[in-house]
Amino acid sequence: MGSEHTHDVVVVGAGPAGIAAACAAAESGARVAVLDENLAPGGQIWRRTTHGPAAEWLARARSAGAEFFCGAAVYSASAAPTDLLSPRIELRAEINDTSRRFSAGRVILAVGARELFLPFPGWTLPNIFGVGGLQALAKGGMPIADRNILIVGTGPLLLAVAEYVHTHGGRVVGIAEQAPAAAMRRFAAGLWRHPSKLAQGLKLKAALTGVPHWNNTWPVEACGDSAVRRVRLTDGSRSWWVRCDMLACGFGLVPNLQLPALLGCRTHEHRGQRVVAVDEHQQSSVANIFCAGEPAGIGGVDVALVEGLIAGYCAVNNRSAAVSHFARRDSERGFAARLHAAFQLRPELRVLADESTIVCRCEDVTMRAIAGCDSWRDAKLQTRCGMGPCQGRICGPAIEHMLGWPAHDIRPPLQPVTIGTLAAQ
Amino acid sequence: MLASREQLADTWDCVIVGGGIVGTACARRLAGLGDRCLIIEPRSIGGGATAAGMGHVVVMDDSQAQFVLTKLSRDLWDELSRAIPASVGMRHRGTLWIASDREEMDGAEAKEKFYRQRNVVAEILSPGELYRREPNLRPGLAGALLVPGDSVVYPPVMARWLLDEACQRGARLLTHAAVSAINTGHVVLTDGTTVRARRIVNAAGMHAAILTPGLPIRARKGHLAITDRYPSFCGHQLVELGYLKNAHSHDRESVAFNVQPRETGQLLIGSSRQYDTEGPEVEPRILARMLGRAIEFMPGVASLSTIRVWAGFRAATPDSLPIIGPHESNENLFLACGHEGLGITTSLGTAEVLAAMMHGTTPPIPCEPYLHSRFTRRVEHA
Amino acid sequence: MKSASDPVSVEINKTSGVVPAGTTVAAAIMLLSNGLPRLRESITGTPRGALCGMGTCHECRVTIDEVAQRRSCLVECRPGMRIQTDGL
Repeated sequence: MGSEHTHDVVVVGAGPAGIAAACAAAESGARVAVLDENLAPGGQIWRRTTHGPAAEWLARARSAGAEFFCGAAVYSASAAPTDLLSPRIELRAEINDTSRRFSAGRVILAVGARELFLPFPGWTLPNIFGVGGLQALAKGGMPIADRNILIVGTGPLLLAVAEYVHTHGGRVVGIAEQAPAAAMRRFAAGLWRHPSKLAQGLKLKAALTGVPHWNNTWPVEACGDSAVRRVRLTDGSRSWWVRCDMLACGFGLVPNLQLPALLGCRTHEHRGQRVVAVDEHQQSSVANIFCAGEPAGIGGVDVALVEGLIAGYCAVNNRSAAVSHFARRDSERGFAARLHAAFQLRPELRVLADESTIVCRCEDVTMRAIAGCDSWRDAKLQTRCGMGPCQGRICGPAIEHMLGWPAHDIRPPLQPVTIGTLAAQ
Repeated sequence: MLASREQLADTWDCVIVGGGIVGTACARRLAGLGDRCLIIEPRSIGGGATAAGMGHVVVMDDSQAQFVLTKLSRDLWDELSRAIPASVGMRHRGTLWIASDREEMDGAEAKEKFYRQRNVVAEILSPGELYRREPNLRPGLAGALLVPGDSVVYPPVMARWLLDEACQRGARLLTHAAVSAINTGHVVLTDGTTVRARRIVNAAGMHAAILTPGLPIRARKGHLAITDRYPSFCGHQLVELGYLKNAHSHDRESVAFNVQPRETGQLLIGSSRQYDTEGPEVEPRILARMLGRAIEFMPGVASLSTIRVWAGFRAATPDSLPIIGPHESNENLFLACGHEGLGITTSLGTAEVLAAMMHGTTPPIPCEPYLHSRFTRRVEHA
Repeated sequence: MKSASDPVSVEINKTSGVVPAGTTVAAAIMLLSNGLPRLRESITGTPRGALCGMGTCHECRVTIDEVAQRRSCLVECRPGMRIQTDGL
């Protein structure tokens, strides 16, 4: 049997939302544990960031006494009270191939989001990454200096990653944004409400002068032999090839709902996506379970920080501290709404795959095979799509986008874990 | 393949309730004999117990009746093996019945004799011969019985193929429609629609006893885990002989070592048995016991990555034989249910036997042991 | 005296190489493979590299110290690590 840990509050996810929640709860006097499967705190946007706001927040959480457990993949959880006198929520995490049980009276889910991948011909070639994916891999040491890098998809992430590439010696050969220029202009015009974001946007623009920038543009196909060599883009009327060593391609973010769903948290539709339903205290539909940041609706780092604080304060009943952040949350959520409006996926992106495009990468299942089924479950059983190690995280949102089939059926283990870990319970 | 609205208003020769591997096998056989069949399936073809189980094709020797049915079925699988698509993943891995001690080795030898007398190839292996074939087994085992003619398959795709075959012979399908009642001459769907049929086959798996009250079917829950790909880890279906004590036990719960290499290189790990639990959810404690048993037999299993874990229900009868043939008191209702852990194997034999009974021809094996009346006859004698 | 920021020596497909401290296994394979970014073969034999960089897609699985199916984007190189690509 693995070891057991008891805390007042367990935060799952050490990105901005989780770190902020840990600060709020720990500063209010609670014993707080933060679990994250990555090697170090920071989540995606603050991955390997050792200075600036990321470092400050992390230092604040640590000095408030929050305990960080890295390399901790939560694979199972239950909100069923084991002891009627003190109902506890139990989470099981695999750390170094051993099972550890964490229990707490309150849990804050800050499990973030993942990129939406839309399959298109050739997308499985090596050196094709997500947009955030390329940055994450580069932060882990993947060489990008002197590489020709094409960035395709949608959202401010394209510019942020383009700037990162540029700063680290890579050559951005183009940025292809599917949203119309007019939508982006409207979005930029609204940035006066968020001066810091406006400044950030202008800085990005300045760093990227001279880089070809296309709107209304999306990928048709990627070609290469052992890796991508060139990509064909289109704006709906004409198409053109761009040569590149690497392609970063991503179409926005999808909330990570696996752990919330396993715990029974109700989800609802919000701007075309399923997200965790929370009240003004960031409390989910399950007592003592809170949710902050992307899983409650994609909104970026500033939404994550303010919601994390509110969730952390509410988890320890520090309502007055929580309320003082409500106005900030409204403002940041307003920004998120404008972001969503600007970067909605256009109808031409409904299906970029052709018949022979691989949709499920784990099991090499083509679009043709999947489209011949009548539901997600039927497709899983007949073609094995979604039955591989990613457990449908990559193909599920793509299939939902293309065919309208919602993926469902959450069961532990939420991540692949060893047989030994499951035997230790 | 889907029945049209007009067709639903027809009177069918046969309505088959349940689109699992048993229902689709029966449909294929009956349609091949000229019956106009309609299969009614509430969810996806092969989506119930067919998808939840282990997909092995084996001969078993618990009883002469069980042997005869599994042997017939295994032969039918082999006859079909060239026709079925590669996506069914049929592989003659063979089964290794593993003996932990001298007592179990005696059991292995009794099995070998039973099979030899009935012309089923089976070979006793010494420990050395066993480890040569399966080096990842723990040391100290007493040997094994190898049954090379057994296979592993991927059942949902097979059910789909059987259905396609049936439809090519004129059968039709109604999916995402559930039967709420089986009456004489018709079935009623949950939306109120009536579908008329001269005869009805109840192949509804775990729902069979709800639709035909009085069937002595009990749910026997099982757990399974499937790993990532480790193609050279294990080459045969592995079962501990202690499994037999486990399978016959009427204890509340038991586990036994059972590992199956899938065609994908993934390992399917079982097995557990529980009576009298209602919930379909995975129970961590039973799962841990089951996996612990697997680790005892193959220590290397502990470090394998598990992609999925699930639980399902076997439809079990008191004598562990399926119910095949006419309902005891309703001559237009036929039963093809209660297959417990042998549904995949005996789906084909069931279809063969049922079709003969429905068409008045001589069944390929004696069918008395599987008749529904065997349960009611006993009551009469009391 | 070794410090945490010393370069790390690892073995990839039986060939030794040195990478900066803190390099992930996925990045190390790409750094030391002379531009051949393949980490594994898919089930139908197509070459695959990393995709998501965050442990979600499982395309970056390799064998590390004889343990197969490890997500290399989530593992940091340690001195003497033995890495094998081209698993399933």
